[in-house]
Amino acid sequence: MINKKLDRKADIQILDGNHAAALGAKLSRVQVIAAYPITPQSPVTESLSEFVEGGDLHAEYIAVESEHSAMAVCTSASLVGARTFTATSSHGLAYMHEMLHWVAGTRLPVVLACVNRAIGAPWNVQNDQQDSISQRDTGWIQIYARNNQEILDSVIQAYKIAESVYVPVMVCYDGYILSHTEMPVDVPSQGDVDRFLPPYKPHAILDPANPRNYNLVTLANPRVNADGILCHGYMEIRYLLQEALQKSRETIINVGQEFGKLFARSYANMFWEDRLDDAEIVIVAMGSLAMEATVAVDMLREEGHRVGVLSLRVFRPFPKDYLIEALSKARLIVVFDKNISYGSEGATCSEIKSALYGNRINAVIRNFIVGLGGRDVKAREIADAVRKSLPSLEEGGPNIEYPEWICHM
Amino acid sequence: MRKVYTRPRLLKKVPFHYCPGCGHSIIHRLMTELIDEMHLEDRIIGIPPPGCSVFAYHYFDVDMAESAHGRGAAVATGIKRAFPEAIVFTYQGDGDLAAIGTAETIHAANRGERITAIFINNAVYGMTGGQMAPTTLSQQVTTTTPYGRDTGIEGYPIKMSEIVALVKGAVYIERTAVNSPANIRKTKKAIRKGFQAQIDNLGFSLIEILSPCPTNWRMNPLESWQWIDNEMIKEFPLGVIKDITGKTDAD
Ligand SMILES: Cc1ncc(C[n+]2csc(CCOP(=O)(O)OP(=O)(O)O)c2C)c(N)n1
Ligand code: SF4
Ligand SMILES: [Mg+2]
Repeated sequence: MINKKLDRKADIQILDGNHAAALGAKLSRVQVIAAYPITPQSPVTESLSEFVEGGDLHAEYIAVESEHSAMAVCTSASLVGARTFTATSSHGLAYMHEMLHWVAGTRLPVVLACVNRAIGAPWNVQNDQQDSISQRDTGWIQIYARNNQEILDSVIQAYKIAESVYVPVMVCYDGYILSHTEMPVDVPSQGDVDRFLPPYKPHAILDPANPRNYNLVTLANPRVNADGILCHGYMEIRYLLQEALQKSRETIINVGQEFGKLFARSYANMFWEDRLDDAEIVIVAMGSLAMEATVAVDMLREEGHRVGVLSLRVFRPFPKDYLIEALSKARLIVVFDKNISYGSEGATCSEIKSALYGNRINAVIRNFIVGLGGRDVKAREIADAVRKSLPSLEEGGPNIEYPEWICHM
Repeated sequence: MRKVYTRPRLLKKVPFHYCPGCGHSIIHRLMTELIDEMHLEDRIIGIPPPGCSVFAYHYFDVDMAESAHGRGAAVATGIKRAFPEAIVFTYQGDGDLAAIGTAETIHAANRGERITAIFINNAVYGMTGGQMAPTTLSQQVTTTTPYGRDTGIEGYPIKMSEIVALVKGAVYIERTAVNSPANIRKTKKAIRKGFQAQIDNLGFSLIEILSPCPTNWRMNPLESWQWIDNEMIKEFPLGVIKDITGKTDAD
């Protein structure tokens, strides 16, 4: 039972996104941190090392030689029962790719902050979401923050989610736009976070007193092991990971609700809604772009268009069934993606399309690729894209299969 | 009047983005002079890294292909094997070569790849904001070792050149510095030898250059030159670490 009495009311601090993430990890009492610097994540590693070396956080901080090793360290530390954290961006996340699969496959509750940055070649250190979107099939839960408060809150919730369903969680936030932009953040007290997030109790750990083996060679079919026990085949293990992600939707909502009760900021949702009640046009966006879209909605509403924003908070597991209700009145859905699945379309657009399939929602979907490599996305441009899409609302209006790009091509 | 000194022909006429007192600019200058003097202009291909020198292509008027972080020696290998007439060098920071790129460096050396690694050791990850690198000195304050590097938990300054010297395919390894006119001249000579080992088809060469990073060391340029003398050289002694090229010193 959660003790609802709060330690103190509000402690508003002016924090950039990286410090909000680092503080979230500190308040979660992480025990092992392994990280390698990369722009724009580096300040996360710097503040955490400051916490550890200054004695404010009792954790092992390991300055490893690469992200691949960072995730390998987190994996094994988690295996012996430690709460682990790392942060990275872009090439760093790509370099971790093998270990991302490994962590999810081992069902370890590692939490990673991904500071979204474009990926090379060519080199670019600015923001888009191609890095984390490219990791969507590794079996990690992915949460996207719209602002720095959500970064801090999501890191804390991430541990509770991960440690309940044994699936690792990636908390993603936009490089520079959030990572290096300061805004007021209500920082919960350690006591309150402790009330919300009990110490990690691993379901199974490496313990010499009780020998176990992990990550064994697993053939396609179930097999009897050396002790005569029938063990899952590879496919069953994969099925269970998929099940865990599917079921995690309830956990994510429950954890968000519980967080809301304690801290008066509810996350009992998979996505955020802005003026969807009467909206026949819905803008879909993810991360800080959703905030910009809100401004575009103000402009479009003034012109008399019934527009709202659906901002995806959880991208994996994708909240298909939850979305249907929110989109049921939509006639035009304009999806903005800061990523591209080459040869197809923006990743969130594909997801929205598949969510609508078979649900008798007869909306036209238009997809715009925006903001790659830090290209600024202005509210005006979002509004223009929506205006440009309006003819699709008319009988026989255009239904464009492939995404349109807001760029100079 | 006789002109005795001029801007190197292969150094593009653009201002450096490097901080005042940064060693990268000195090394760029030396290398472009050498490429010209050794008539390598039409054969040379450089592999710059992510790091402060990610913009090297902006200054060197020669062919360059950027590498992902740490992949320099492998990228150079691909070029050299497919295009053996080329003279291929990597230009790598200590983070790039001695952290994330350790494996490819050692293995390229072990295969005796005919490439030359120019290894800029400034004891920090410069570009990302001065975090601890494997080469960071004991007790050195960086943004991830705010109370100084504690070798008990953070390890010791790694001596990559000495490590690579153990590998059979490495033929020429020297450590120099760019913190005084004399050392700068020695650095140029060392790079010349590195290139020569490649031209003579002998094997892998590596020139480690201790290079000031006044910005992240929180020093002025003069202090950072002194710091190399007083601190860095103690940990990373200058001189030829390995030479099995069979060449005698020209001077
Ligand atoms: C896989 C990956 N991880 C991290 C980075 C971020 N990064 C870019 S350069 C660099 C290190 C720079 O230090 P160094 O190689 O010593 O070069 P310097 O800037 O000091 O010259 C890092 C960590 C990256 N580009 N790719
Ligand atoms: S940060 Fe250091 S290495 Fe980078 S340009 Fe400045 S002085 Fe040179
Ligand atoms: Mg360096």
